[in-house]
Amino acid sequence: MPWFVQNLIVFCLLALTVWLWRAASRREYWRLAAREVAARKGALVSGLILLCYLLVAVLDSIGWSVAARDPESGEILRNASGKVIYTPGESVLNRLLKPLERRSEESYSAPMAERLYAAESSTDALGKSVRIHKELNYPKGHLLGTDRIGKDVLWLSLKSIRTGIIIGLLTTLIAIPFALVMGVVAGYFGGWVDDVIQYLYTVVSSIPTVLFVAAFIVIFGNGLTQLCIAMGLASWTSLCRLLRAETLRLKEAEYIAAARALDTPSWKILARHILPNVLHVVLITTVLRFSSEVLSEAVLTYLGIGVGADTMSWGTMINDARAELTRDPVIWWKLVSAFIFMLGLVLPANLFGDALRDALDPRLRTQ
Amino acid sequence: MLAYFLKRICYLIPILVGVNLLVFSLFFLVSSPDDMARQALGEKADRPEEVQRWKENRGYDLPLFYHAEAPGAQKITKTIFFQKSLTMFWGGFGIADSTGRDIGDEIRKRVWPSFALALPVFLGTLLANIFLGMKLAAVRGSRTDRIGQFLCVVAMSISALVLIIFGQYLGAQQLRLGPVSGFATGLAMAKFLTLPVVVGIFSGLGSGTRLYRTFFLEQISQDYVRTARAKGLPEEVVLFKHVLRNALIPVLTNIPIYLLMLFTGNLLLEKFFAIPGLGGYTIDAIAALDFAVVRAMVFLGAVIYVVGLLLADLAYCIVDPRIKL
Repeated sequence: MPWFVQNLIVFCLLALTVWLWRAASRREYWRLAAREVAARKGALVSGLILLCYLLVAVLDSIGWSVAARDPESGEILRNASGKVIYTPGESVLNRLLKPLERRSEESYSAPMAERLYAAESSTDALGKSVRIHKELNYPKGHLLGTDRIGKDVLWLSLKSIRTGIIIGLLTTLIAIPFALVMGVVAGYFGGWVDDVIQYLYTVVSSIPTVLFVAAFIVIFGNGLTQLCIAMGLASWTSLCRLLRAETLRLKEAEYIAAARALDTPSWKILARHILPNVLHVVLITTVLRFSSEVLSEAVLTYLGIGVGADTMSWGTMINDARAELTRDPVIWWKLVSAFIFMLGLVLPANLFGDALRDALDPRLRTQ
Repeated sequence: MLAYFLKRICYLIPILVGVNLLVFSLFFLVSSPDDMARQALGEKADRPEEVQRWKENRGYDLPLFYHAEAPGAQKITKTIFFQKSLTMFWGGFGIADSTGRDIGDEIRKRVWPSFALALPVFLGTLLANIFLGMKLAAVRGSRTDRIGQFLCVVAMSISALVLIIFGQYLGAQQLRLGPVSGFATGLAMAKFLTLPVVVGIFSGLGSGTRLYRTFFLEQISQDYVRTARAKGLPEEVVLFKHVLRNALIPVLTNIPIYLLMLFTGNLLLEKFFAIPGLGGYTIDAIAALDFAVVRAMVFLGAVIYVVGLLLADLAYCIVDPRIKL
């Protein structure tokens, strides 16, 4: 995807978030909920950690392409018709992490090691053959070690954050429009509309998610976009069911009856009275589902129906690490890094989601 | 009761027809036999005759819905829709694209290893969840309860993949509890299944315990619990007899769904421990881009789920006599 489009999408999403935030902060209900979440220390810390992850993902999603230069003369390269040739370009995060990315070694090295993991045969001064571990280019320079081709594992883990966040958010963002329109319409209008929509989501939800994703990916090939679409299409049903139930409940409220008595058109009732009052269900589901989507990326990638092998993700890291565990001594750092980075995202997301649910919808409380 | 049931069964048929149509349109309208052939053949797909042969060998060269040249009823039966999609309703899954074997036979053979793995995992998880959930509910609001709940969230946040890799490494390579992977029939099966079962139980512990705790808490605040306590019954009897019986209604009614879902296998566990079940079959099919097998498994998964729902309804009526149909 060209950088221009990608930057635009990121900007639009950020603008949407700010707008929603401001709209919400004008309502008493959301302000109270925010205060309740902030009063919980665990939830607050979780929220801050999530923000850090989000920041890294955003920095990794905005960038620019760079004009390719001739390696010798340093001149900007042009093609036959005089147009400037561009390199794939770099994200802001890439620029920031440049020093880390440049620190490459030949192969595996343990965290904070001074020498390579693998020994090489060579001859010493007396002509005897000995096995030595070569010194690293950057001794003690890799906090989490390096991988098979000598890349810094910390850099890999940081670059994987974007994939994780995209899977966690985009999947639900794809599902929300379907679920919102269908759920609210089914609940509000009832009758044959309701029957058709219920039939649709029963059909889709009776296919196990993994198998649905498998069918989708087998047809359209591996990739981040395909995976997000497949997971989004498989997962709108549960949100739709929740929204339908919530709308059914709201429909009986007196203010809706009043709006009807005043001859307000249906679309206006839906937009003004129903939609704002079901948004908390959407938010709770988005946050609570976020963590399970991140976790399933790893599983699906391992099963061969996730992101492709060329996309950096915790799933691919864990996948690579499988073969490394059989080495002696064990190469554990890649697996452990991916695991810790994943836990660092999923655990706060779970804790924050629970707090949010308790604050927004006391009926769903787990107490 | 019987009338209700017949009605429910009639309700299932359109759902399965919907699934069938969805799968068909995904594989043959959105994608096409030519696309499949190209993907499966790779570089060889440059030659049109190779593509044609691939399609002919697997029966993908027929028209989609209506075969105009064929005589009589074959106008309908000699089509992709009939042979590849409709026959799945009576168990004709056809032959696998990659191996050429009969998919139905393969499924019948592989169902039992899947079941042998999944049943102990299911029962073990159920018992462990009930026990732990009850223990947490008994001390609700205390420090132990809060710590326990936090640990549940931590367990939920750990990737099943990491758990299995770690379990396999620790159990098989370090503690030597069992072989790293493999399978055998008869009594020797137990040796191969112990480790995957233990790992499987562990991976379901976090979310299950939390859920069951809420089931139990709902019941603990009921009047009949107060009555039982007032009679002077020991707390264990109150919890494990009165509360458990009532709290298990939602659990019991879901058992048919779980039991049937077990047949489709536990993809990850089967793959890691090399158990020749349906989960492993599906994964191999994905890796080999075997469209026929993936299609069959999607449909089978949906059938199993839907029949499970039906049985769950039945179980609900039996377990909870308050429900009137």
